[in-house]
Amino acid sequence: MAALEAGIDSIEVASVARRRRRIGPLFVVAAAWIVLIVSAAILAGVLPLPSPTDIDMLGKRAPPSAEHWLGNDGLGRDVLSRLIYGARFSLTVGLLAPVIGVVIGGFLGMMAGYFRGRLETFIVGGMDVLLAFPPLVLALAVTAYLGQSVANLTLVIGVLGIPAFTRVARAVTLSLSEREFVTAARALGATHSRILLRELLPNVALPLLAFFLLGVAVTIVVEGALSFLGLGVPPPTPSWGSMIGEGRESLDIAPQLAFLPAGFMFATVLAFNIVGDTLRALTDPRPGAL
Amino acid sequence: MTEPLLSIEGVSVDLPTARGPLKAVDKVDLVLAPGRTLGIVGESGCGKTMLSRAVLQLLPKRAKLGGRILFAGRDMARLSPEELRRLRGPELAVVFQDPMTSLNPVLTIGTQIVETLQAHLGMDGTVAARRGAELLAAVGIPSPEQRLRQYPHQLSGGMRQRVAIAIALSCEPKLLIADEPTTALDVTIQAQILDLLAREQKRRHMAMILITHDLGVVAGRTDEVAVMYAGRVVERAPTGQLFARMRMPYTQALLAALPRLDAPPHTVLPAIGGRPPDPTRPLPGCSFAPRCRYADLTCRNDKPLLRDPEGAGALHACWHPLP
Repeated sequence: MAALEAGIDSIEVASVARRRRRIGPLFVVAAAWIVLIVSAAILAGVLPLPSPTDIDMLGKRAPPSAEHWLGNDGLGRDVLSRLIYGARFSLTVGLLAPVIGVVIGGFLGMMAGYFRGRLETFIVGGMDVLLAFPPLVLALAVTAYLGQSVANLTLVIGVLGIPAFTRVARAVTLSLSEREFVTAARALGATHSRILLRELLPNVALPLLAFFLLGVAVTIVVEGALSFLGLGVPPPTPSWGSMIGEGRESLDIAPQLAFLPAGFMFATVLAFNIVGDTLRALTDPRPGAL
Repeated sequence: MTEPLLSIEGVSVDLPTARGPLKAVDKVDLVLAPGRTLGIVGESGCGKTMLSRAVLQLLPKRAKLGGRILFAGRDMARLSPEELRRLRGPELAVVFQDPMTSLNPVLTIGTQIVETLQAHLGMDGTVAARRGAELLAAVGIPSPEQRLRQYPHQLSGGMRQRVAIAIALSCEPKLLIADEPTTALDVTIQAQILDLLAREQKRRHMAMILITHDLGVVAGRTDEVAVMYAGRVVERAPTGQLFARMRMPYTQALLAALPRLDAPPHTVLPAIGGRPPDPTRPLPGCSFAPRCRYADLTCRNDKPLLRDPEGAGALHACWHPLP
C-alpha cells in the first residue's frame, strides 16, 4: 500500500515538474518570431530590400508581386521594407524604454523598500506625482520642446515606466527584508550594499525581469499609439504605429495597409509575453510561489 | 574564574506597541565564560529570542535597549555600526530557528558559503570553495562538492540546518547563538543537529547559547541553564544541579509538561494552565503567580528577586521555592 502510494506520488510529482519545465512548440514559435524580427531589423540595411521611403506614384497600393512581396502603400512605398525598417524603430524604443524603467525604478524601489523611513516617503511621493501627471501631455511637451526623435521618445516612455517598476521592486523588497535570511546575513556582518546586491537583488530581479518583458510588450503598443497620433518619429521614417495611422485612410480599399503592421505588432507583443513567461518559469529556482 | 566572554548586565528590551510599551526582556543578568554552553529555556513569547537579538544588536529599529551587554570586554551598544559589522561573523554568529527561511532561496549553497568566507577572511574564490566543501563535510553533509551547486529548496530541512550551521561556523566565531535550532526539524534529526553543535563547539572551543523551549534539549548539553518567564530569568543554575533539584514551580511545571515515553497510553499531560501575562501590563507581583498552584498574597503583591539563598550557585526568583 505504502509502496503504491509512493509510486503514484512520484509519478504526479514528476509530471508536474515536467509540465513546468517543458518548452512547448508555442515557445519555439514565439522565440523564432523574435529572432526573425530582431535579425531582420538589424540586417535591414544589408537585405536586398527596396528603400522604405522611395515614392512610386504609379504603384500606389499595388497588390503583392515578385518585386514587392507585400505590395505598396498609399504612396507607392514597399510595405515589407517599411515593416522591417519600422521594426527597427519599434524594437529600439520597445527594448530601451523599459531598460530605463527597470534600472532607475528598480534602484529607487529597492532603496525605498530596504531603508524605509524618510527616503521611502520621498521616493513613493515622487512616484505618485509622476503617476498623476498625464502621460500624453508629458509626451507632447517633451516632443514639442526637444523635437521628435528616437532618443526623446524612448526617454519619455522610459520615464513614464519608472513608477511601475519602482512599485514592483519596493513591494518585493519590503516583504523580503522581513525574512530571516536578511537578518541572517546581517548577523554574519554583511554591509548594506552586500545585502542589497547579493541577498536582495537576485530575489528582486526575477519578478522585475518578468515585468520587464511585459514592459517591452506594453511599450511597443504605447509607441504605436504615439506614432499613430503623430507624436512618434517624423513622417518619412516608418514605424508600425505610423503605418497603421496612414493605412487608416484606405481601410475600405486596401485594408492590409493597416492590418499588416497591426498584425506584426500583435505577433511581436504576444511573442515577448510567451517568451517572458516561459523563461521565468524555467529560471526560477524557487519551487512555486515565494 | 576566567574572564567572561559575554556578560549581560540588567538588560531590558522595550518594544513600542499600539497598546503601550511591551517589556520583552526585563532586567536580565547572565554571564558566559569562553567555551561554555548556556541554555535559555522558556515558552513562546518569554523573551528568549529578543534577548539573543539584543546580544547581536539586531533588535527591531524601534526597540529600546537598557542595561549593558559586554562581549569580550566591549560594550555592544557603544560600538559603531562598522565595528559591530566586523564583530558579527568572526566573533559572534547565529543559527536561526527555521532553515527554510534563513537561507537565501535564489542563491546556491556554495555562493552563500563562499561569499561569507571571501567577505570576512579575504579568501580567493578557489580556496573559499575548497574551504566551503570542507565545512559542509564537517557538518556531516555527504558529497559536499555537489551540494555546493544546489539551491536551498533542493535540500531537506535537516540538511539546510546543517548548511546554516556550516555558514555560522565558517568564520570560527567565539560565541554561537543557536536560536531554537531544532524546533523546525524532525525529531530524529534534532539529536543529530544537537550532537553536531556540541561536537563543533568542543572542537573549536567556542561558547554557545542554546535557546529552546524544550528542557529535554538543554539537559546534558549545557553547562548552565537559565529559565525565562515573561521577560525575566526566574531560575538559573548549573545544569546538573537544576535537574537534580528544581526550586522554581515554573521550571518543574515545564518539565512535567514534557511527554514521557514510559508513560502509559492516554496519560493526560499536566499542561500549565492559563497563558503568560500580557507583557504590556506588568503584574506587581510574581509574573507566574496567576498560574502557580503555590501562589499566595505575597506572590501576587511583591516581585521576588533572583537570589541564591544557600550560596550553592543556584539562583531562583520565588517566594516559596520547592524543597
